[in-house]
Amino acid sequence: MLKDITLGQYFPLDSVIHKIDPRFKIMFTLCYIVLIFFASSPAGYLAVGIFSFLVIKLSKVGFKVVLKSLKPLLFILCFTAVINLFFTGGDTILWQWKFLKITTDGIINAANMALRLVFLVVGSSILTYTTSPILLTDGIERLLSPFAKLGLPSHELAMMMTIALRFIPTLLEETEKIIMAQKARGADFESGNLIRRAKALIPVLVPLFISSFRRADELATAMECRCYRGGKGRTSLRQLRVTSLDWIALGVMLIFALVIIFINLGF
Amino acid sequence: MIEVKDLVYSYIAENSKPEEILKNINISIQKGEFVAVLGHNGSGKSTFAKHLNAILLPMGGKVYIDGIDTSRQEHLWDVRSRVGMVFQNPDNQIVASIVEEDVAFAPENLSVPPEEIRRRVDDALETVGMSEYKNHSPHMLSGGQKQRVAIAGIIAMKPDIIVMDEPTAMLDPIGRREVMKTIEDLNSIYGITIVLITHNMDEAVKAKRVVVIDSGKVIIDDTPRNVFKNVELLRQIGLDVPQATLLAYELRQKGFNIRDDVLTVDECTEEIYKLCR
Ligand SMILES: Nc1ncnc2c1ncn2[C@@H]1O[C@H](COP(=O)(O)OP(=O)(O)OP(=O)(O)O)[C@@H](O)[C@H]1O
Ligand SMILES: [Mg+2]
Repeated sequence: MLKDITLGQYFPLDSVIHKIDPRFKIMFTLCYIVLIFFASSPAGYLAVGIFSFLVIKLSKVGFKVVLKSLKPLLFILCFTAVINLFFTGGDTILWQWKFLKITTDGIINAANMALRLVFLVVGSSILTYTTSPILLTDGIERLLSPFAKLGLPSHELAMMMTIALRFIPTLLEETEKIIMAQKARGADFESGNLIRRAKALIPVLVPLFISSFRRADELATAMECRCYRGGKGRTSLRQLRVTSLDWIALGVMLIFALVIIFINLGF
Repeated sequence: MIEVKDLVYSYIAENSKPEEILKNINISIQKGEFVAVLGHNGSGKSTFAKHLNAILLPMGGKVYIDGIDTSRQEHLWDVRSRVGMVFQNPDNQIVASIVEEDVAFAPENLSVPPEEIRRRVDDALETVGMSEYKNHSPHMLSGGQKQRVAIAGIIAMKPDIIVMDEPTAMLDPIGRREVMKTIEDLNSIYGITIVLITHNMDEAVKAKRVVVIDSGKVIIDDTPRNVFKNVELLRQIGLDVPQATLLAYELRQKGFNIRDDVLTVDECTEEIYKLCR
């Protein structure tokens, strides 16, 4: 169950999207996220939708996987939609009960928020699905490296990310094991209200924390054994090289940006 | 070459008086040797191992690696790159989320140029037989495969010596066999000095030399054959003997005329066969 979470996972496939330089891809993703907030009309969303569809298609990751990445966010998605639906002011009231009311503005707002969130998740998922974590962190490290002179610990941040990404599946597996072990001892995670369920999680989180600290300690030793001494003088197996593919992708991205901006301006 | 002279060590704890975990260890291991280190839980094996690549520094005595004193700060990285270390839990040694990127970790730290890293990574994965998994993510691999990736990560550093601290303890029998095969190959084919800490006597038998540590002292240092002859002594300090040796021992106790230095199942079978004739 926990293992099914595909958010933030990498799929080692061979596609053009995979081949784009991570620095470009990160910038594209940021650009895409900004554009989502520009596209506030049905036509805009349609354009974003078509663009996302094509990118997913090109990435070979598969739509099922991408949809699955939305699953853990279903709750937040519904929550924001409902909040927007009921608590947006507006003149054309369609339905009212005490302080709750639904207005056309509310519906539009809710749809807007929901769509934006969906695209936000889809966009960032595509980035992580098609970029190996190390390339991703490499990319972030390179993009941040100009700020290193200002004291930003860009290598340390990148290393932290690498390790976090590496340990997510391991810790999920462990969480599952602990849950099983507690269930075997009669723990009940499924019934009761939210507070009771949250309380039931404490016996899961405590052992998880303890084991994470032990892991961190062992990992630190193992890294020292492999001569890790910070980012200074480190080389890298993969050299990032900008290819013509990256420039083509940049072109496509620019066209997409222009389309969104034009739609937003109403031609 | 490893040279340990009068090594003394104790962990400093806040509110208890320090107890010597290692008391005067003397040992020297030549290039190309395959040494198994035995000892019951808490006897100080891991503490000893951590002195070999300067993760811990001696409180008394010296440790020399190829003549370099491990306590000299300026040679720290030289020592660490000469002596690789593999631990029990492969999950806690693998840093990156793609096999080949993890194997590249050590050479990257040592500022090896990218083309050379590529070569080392490919060679290391080939050596442990994991080439076809180079683009996999480690958490999808079996325990034995993960441990072999961890070993590849050390080989890529090109060490002369690899210290293994119970590398098979968390593995299933198949994983154990894979890892042991890899370790034996590293020693016999690639000439890497191996120091293997283990609780598994059938693995210890594969070594050319067995060192037994008991409460921080080396009490036996001999060939496996001579070590496992001392069934009673080993039992006294809480150690097992290989099953074949044990069977031969029990038979001797019952008055059968059987050799006392039987190590493997094959040898034991042969001896018993001789008895039956
Ligand atoms: N970081 C530490 N701080 C304090 N004491 C420690 C520390 N690590 C180990 N010890 C103590 O040192 C002693 C020797 O530990 P060590 O890990 O070297 O034993 P070992 O022979 O490797 O045992 P095992 O077979 O269980 O791995 C033990 O009594 C242990 O409690
Ligand atoms: Mg130990």
